[in-house]
Amino acid sequence: MSIVILAPGGRTTVQDRGRPGNAYLGVGRSGAADMRAYALANRILGNPAGAACLETTLGGLSLRSSRSAWMTVTGPTVAVTVDGLPVGVRTAFFVPHGGVVAIGVPERGMRNYLAVRGGIDAPLLLGSRSTDTLGGIGPDPLRKGDVLDVGDVPDEPPAGHDVFPATEPPDVTELVVDRGPRADWFTDAAWSVLLRGRYVVTPDSDRIGVRLDGPHLERCRDGELPSEGLMQGAVQIPPIGTPVCFLADTPTTGGYPVLAVVRRASLPDLAQARPGHPVRFRAG
Amino acid sequence: MTPTVLPYGERAVLLEVGSIDEVLGLYAALRAAPPSGVEDIVPAAVTVLVSFVDRQALGDALPALRRIEAAAPEQAGREVARIPVTYDGADLQDVATLTGLPVEEVVAIHSGTEYTVAFNGFSPGFAYLIGLDDRLRVPRRKTPRTSVPAGSVAMTGGFTAVYPRRSPGGWQLLGRTDTDVWDGARAEPALLRPGMRVRFEAR
Repeated sequence: MSIVILAPGGRTTVQDRGRPGNAYLGVGRSGAADMRAYALANRILGNPAGAACLETTLGGLSLRSSRSAWMTVTGPTVAVTVDGLPVGVRTAFFVPHGGVVAIGVPERGMRNYLAVRGGIDAPLLLGSRSTDTLGGIGPDPLRKGDVLDVGDVPDEPPAGHDVFPATEPPDVTELVVDRGPRADWFTDAAWSVLLRGRYVVTPDSDRIGVRLDGPHLERCRDGELPSEGLMQGAVQIPPIGTPVCFLADTPTTGGYPVLAVVRRASLPDLAQARPGHPVRFRAG
Repeated sequence: MTPTVLPYGERAVLLEVGSIDEVLGLYAALRAAPPSGVEDIVPAAVTVLVSFVDRQALGDALPALRRIEAAAPEQAGREVARIPVTYDGADLQDVATLTGLPVEEVVAIHSGTEYTVAFNGFSPGFAYLIGLDDRLRVPRRKTPRTSVPAGSVAMTGGFTAVYPRRSPGGWQLLGRTDTDVWDGARAEPALLRPGMRVRFEAR
C-alpha cells in the first residue's frame, strides 16, 4: 500500500531513530526530534520500535491512503479527521480504502507524529530512513503529490485501548542541563545567569537547533576554538552571547564553545517549544 | 601522554590532546578497542568526542578513558585512496600569486603529497586532509562562495579536501574530480574515513 501527500503542512519529514554511530563520517544522528512522541506512535500501532513515521511541524498535513490502514497521531493534542470526521489523538484509528487523513494546527507545541501500521518504507541510508535537514541526506522534506510506500503489517497486535498520557507542553519548558566541555570559557556568573534567566524560543529555530533569546552569557576567554565534536543537546554560545540548543539534525562538529548540555530526557520538551515559548534551565 | 577529559553532559566526554597527530593516535586506540556501550567517536582538530548509549556506560568506561594512551598514528590506517584531479580550479591563479609559486609548481606539490584523513565534518563525507606542504598554506577566500560545485578540490590553512556536494564554501578551489567522495547508494557511503591516506593524481 502507499500514501499520497495532499498537503505537507508547515514542514513534514520522514523520521525514525536516526543514525547513531556515523558521526566520524560527518553524518549526524538526526531522527525524530521528539523521540518520546515518536516511540509512542509505534507502540500504539504495534510497529517495530524503529519503524519510520512522519514528523510534521505546526500541523497542516493531509494525506490519502491507497488502502485501508490503521494509523495514529501523537505529540501535542491536535484536531485529526478521517474523511472529515474527527478521531482521537494518541490512539489507533482506522482509515478506509482511499480515506483522507488531515491534521489541524496544535494549540500548543510544535511537532506531531503520524504513524501507519507497517511503517513508512523509504530507502534506508546507514540503517535509517530519517531526513537529515542539515546533512541533506535521507528522503527530501515532503511535497504535495509525493507517494510513500508503507511496509508490511507487523505480527504484533496494536496496543488497543491503553490510556497514553497527554503530552501538552507546560507553560514554561524546563530543560535539565549538565556542564559542558567549555564551561571554563565563560565567567563564573554565566552558569548562574543561564540557570536563573528566562529565555524565549526565537523564530529562526528548526530541527538543527533551537535559538533562544534572553540574558547574555559572558565569556572570560577570547579567541577561537578549533572545531570539535558536537551532539544533540549541546548548548553552544556564539559571540552574540545567547544560547543555541542543538536538536535532532546537529552538525557533527562545531567551533563555538559549549557551555552546557541538555539531558536526553529533556530533548522532547525542547522539540515541542515553539517560537515565543519560555524556556528555563535547571542543573541536573 | 594521556588526554585531558572534559565533561560533555550525562553520556559523553571530550578528550583533549595537543595536536592532530595525537588525535589520530587516540582515535586509532579507541577504534582498536572500543569501550563497551560506545555510540559515537568523533575526532576533530585537537579533541575526540566519545559518546555512550547512556550514563551507566559512560560511568563504566571513564576510568579506562582517563588512562587511555594514543596509539602510534601510523597504525591509524594503511589504505590509500587515489583521486584523479583536473587542476583547473577558479582560485588556482590566486593561490599561485599568494604562494609566489608558478601554477605548475602548485599542482606538482599538491598532487605529489600523501595526505591523511584527520576527521570528517561540515557535511556528510567532507574529509579534512592533513599533510599539506607548508609552501601551499593559504587563507580562506575573503568572500566565501555561496555555491561550490560538488567534486571541487580545495584547500585552506593546513587542510585540503574534496567537497562531497554542492554547498557554500570559502576554501581556495584548485580543481575538480569525478570521484564521488559521498554516495548514499554505496554500502560505505563515505570514501574517506579518519586515518586513511589519500593521493591526488593530476590528469
